[in-house]
Amino acid sequence: MTMTAQPQSQVTAHEPKVTVHLKIKRYNPEVDTRPHWEEYEVQMSPGDRVLDALHQVKWTIDGTLSFRRSCAHGVCGSDAVVINGQNMLACVHLIRNVGTHLTIEPIRGLPVIKDLVVDMEPFFAQYRSILPYLIAYDDPGYKERLQSPEDRERFDDTTKCILCACCTTSCPVYWANDSYVGPAAIVSAHRFIFDSRDQAAAERLDILNQKSGVWRCRTAFNCTEACPRGISVTKSIEEVKRAILYDRV
Amino acid sequence: MRWEPPACGAAGASAGRLLKNFTIVRFHAKLYTVKVHYHSYDAVIVGAGGAGLRAAIEVAGKVRTAVITKLYPTRSHTGAAQGGMCAALANVEEDYWEWHAFDTVKGGDYLGDQPAIDIMCREAIDAVIDLEHFGMPFSRTPEGRIDQRRFGGHTRNHGEAPVRRACYAADRTGHMILQTLYQQCVAHEVNFFNEFQVFDVLFDESGGQKRAAGVVAYELATGDLHVFVSKGVLFATGGYGKIFRISSNAHTLTGDGLGVLYRRGIPMQDLEFYQFHPTGIYGFGILLSEAARGEGGILRNGLGERFMERVAPTVKDLAPRDMVSRAIHAEIREGRGAGTDKDFVYLDLTHLPPEQIDAKLPDITDFARTYLGIEPKTQPIPIQPTAHYAMGGIPTNVEGEVVLDGKGTVVPGLYAAGECACVSVHGANRLGTNSLLDIVVFGRRGGRAMADYVKSVDHPEVPRGAEAEVRDRIERFKAASGGEKVPAIRTELQQTMTENASVVRTAESLRAAHAKIDELVERYHSIAIDDKGEVFNYDLVEAVELSHLLDLAKGLVVGAEARQESRGAHWRDDFPTRDDVNWMKHSLAHRGDDGDVRLEYKPVIGGRYQPMERKY
Repeated sequence: MTMTAQPQSQVTAHEPKVTVHLKIKRYNPEVDTRPHWEEYEVQMSPGDRVLDALHQVKWTIDGTLSFRRSCAHGVCGSDAVVINGQNMLACVHLIRNVGTHLTIEPIRGLPVIKDLVVDMEPFFAQYRSILPYLIAYDDPGYKERLQSPEDRERFDDTTKCILCACCTTSCPVYWANDSYVGPAAIVSAHRFIFDSRDQAAAERLDILNQKSGVWRCRTAFNCTEACPRGISVTKSIEEVKRAILYDRV
Repeated sequence: MRWEPPACGAAGASAGRLLKNFTIVRFHAKLYTVKVHYHSYDAVIVGAGGAGLRAAIEVAGKVRTAVITKLYPTRSHTGAAQGGMCAALANVEEDYWEWHAFDTVKGGDYLGDQPAIDIMCREAIDAVIDLEHFGMPFSRTPEGRIDQRRFGGHTRNHGEAPVRRACYAADRTGHMILQTLYQQCVAHEVNFFNEFQVFDVLFDESGGQKRAAGVVAYELATGDLHVFVSKGVLFATGGYGKIFRISSNAHTLTGDGLGVLYRRGIPMQDLEFYQFHPTGIYGFGILLSEAARGEGGILRNGLGERFMERVAPTVKDLAPRDMVSRAIHAEIREGRGAGTDKDFVYLDLTHLPPEQIDAKLPDITDFARTYLGIEPKTQPIPIQPTAHYAMGGIPTNVEGEVVLDGKGTVVPGLYAAGECACVSVHGANRLGTNSLLDIVVFGRRGGRAMADYVKSVDHPEVPRGAEAEVRDRIERFKAASGGEKVPAIRTELQQTMTENASVVRTAESLRAAHAKIDELVERYHSIAIDDKGEVFNYDLVEAVELSHLLDLAKGLVVGAEARQESRGAHWRDDFPTRDDVNWMKHSLAHRGDDGDVRLEYKPVIGGRYQPMERKY
């Protein structure tokens, strides 16, 4: 058997390093009265992640730099930051793709605690407000509930959400009005509203029909662009709006 | 029975003791500002991945419960699990839990305890149904039932052919389990302490017997200390894959629960058994699920040969992970690797229908595009084995109670579940999907057992100032001015472990790793950190985590040096056969005060399957 194709030349351990300039918004509440910018230069491979560059700064230049991270491959949602003006997970973008001049700030709309670490509590409170769990009153007995592949597909997109807050903190409505539940909470509601096993769609639609709910959305599409999981966030918000308007799921 | 906070006198007393040790004048003001908070609970769960959350669902609502996690629960590494969770539902073809148990025993190279394996495989079916009732969005068959697919080492009728046993949700099964369990915790109004890191465990020995009494946690947002006095403590803190350089594990998988207990005299079981997943993305170690091979993916060497045909003629690419990782290692060592350095092989999906890839493997193919710039529909993906899963850990029985020895002596009130625990159901090599199964089955059992136990006992006695040792340690780190840095020591540790103590080991390589670790431990005494602050001081946290990594790496290497045989994931080139006469036994590593490791052994608990040669 022969190989049908060869990998691209990118797959090599010997790419020459490049100088990466990072301009990072820093804030230490124990010392600073307001945030300020600091600049760093590190040597990275083009195939390194932006997260690797942040680690390089923290581990070799300034250990006081604080940022959250865990899985480092885009599934845990810890390291949402603003890179060159766009909300991204620092671990899913390579230097090769984002360039060597990086401006990195905390995500917007949530209070900054230190450096790139923001207060996530308001975000999770909004998530909890839409009843983010299956509500089913029938007793299924000791067996699985049935669900057709078509019914399962209906909410597949919104099950991908990792609650990283990239969408909510890219939303101009949310920046201006933090009582808006935000795209992430609506995505989580969508995941249950359109699950054929769930029986509390009406309750969730009532919650999202309030003035803090879906009608705040102005379809700016920032959320859809920001989502690192490729969820059609704006579309899911529109589907929830339609379900409220036409009383159907 | 509420714990009363101590008067300032108590805090002052321990501060005074500190001053004797560290006569640094600028320290005075700081010492008196460390705030200590006291909490009283019936049950404390440490860690909020799959095992911790599953336990929390059992415990919350029954007794006063706190779940302490150094991350937000949804950041836990359960969310990175991809392929599936096996249970003999027989939804798509004939299957029995006994077949699953046989595969697990054989996959673990006869080091697993068979009564525990029976329980796991039998309760797997209920565990899947439970998850479905919790709202888990499993992928479905055309009839609407939970779909199942093939996975490495899972066979029909004791090895005849691969069987479709893994229940899944595309290739993000772990993500969906983690989300579902967290959602249920929200529904149950579980009391979370997010971004609190446990630095110490407390015991009450006043009744003549050592029993669990709580934990000391560090609040990342403030730098405050929290003493949680509790009748029951369940550790579910995950693995310690960050002792290796090439690893599928999160940065935060630093063995905290194991490290904390190990330092407090709890032995660690079977540390020498560490699994390397065959298909990590080359250079990154990011996991590409075995589901890729379950769906028909093929491994090829640099010459394009399907080398697994030679190694496992019956199940081929779906052999257990230890065998596949060794086969890849052999291909590379014998010069048949791919690339300029001939140091990787390929995972080839190019022959699969593109729509099957999109439906069943969307995430992992995205990883290949993101990190390697490869289109898996038309190009094979460069992969290499990556450190993945600790079979060993905190020894427990099937109720999740921590046991100290071969006689089954328990520490009342102390529990562990998930990857940090060793029941042992995975033996010397875990089968794919059995980790997701382990966390839900033993998370549930541990939670239930703890809820029952705490109803039957009084509140433990914890002396005031129980946090003094942790406070000493923190202040010592902040005051230290040595020349060593945490990242440098950690990098050197990871380097030596990946080079010398991974897929293939020898006396010589292990001796090199041992000497290196001893050197690093010595240097660790001279570390200094940059960040002296209170708020989100990850610099400090990484220093504490490194001590766990060093301890566990040393335990692993000492256990591996002693074990002069090859079994499961532990392969010794100088002892290339399994030796059931001398080595069919679990190791227990005890940590001395000086950090040295003392080994003892306890027997494997057998059952209906007798050891036989492991062929696939």
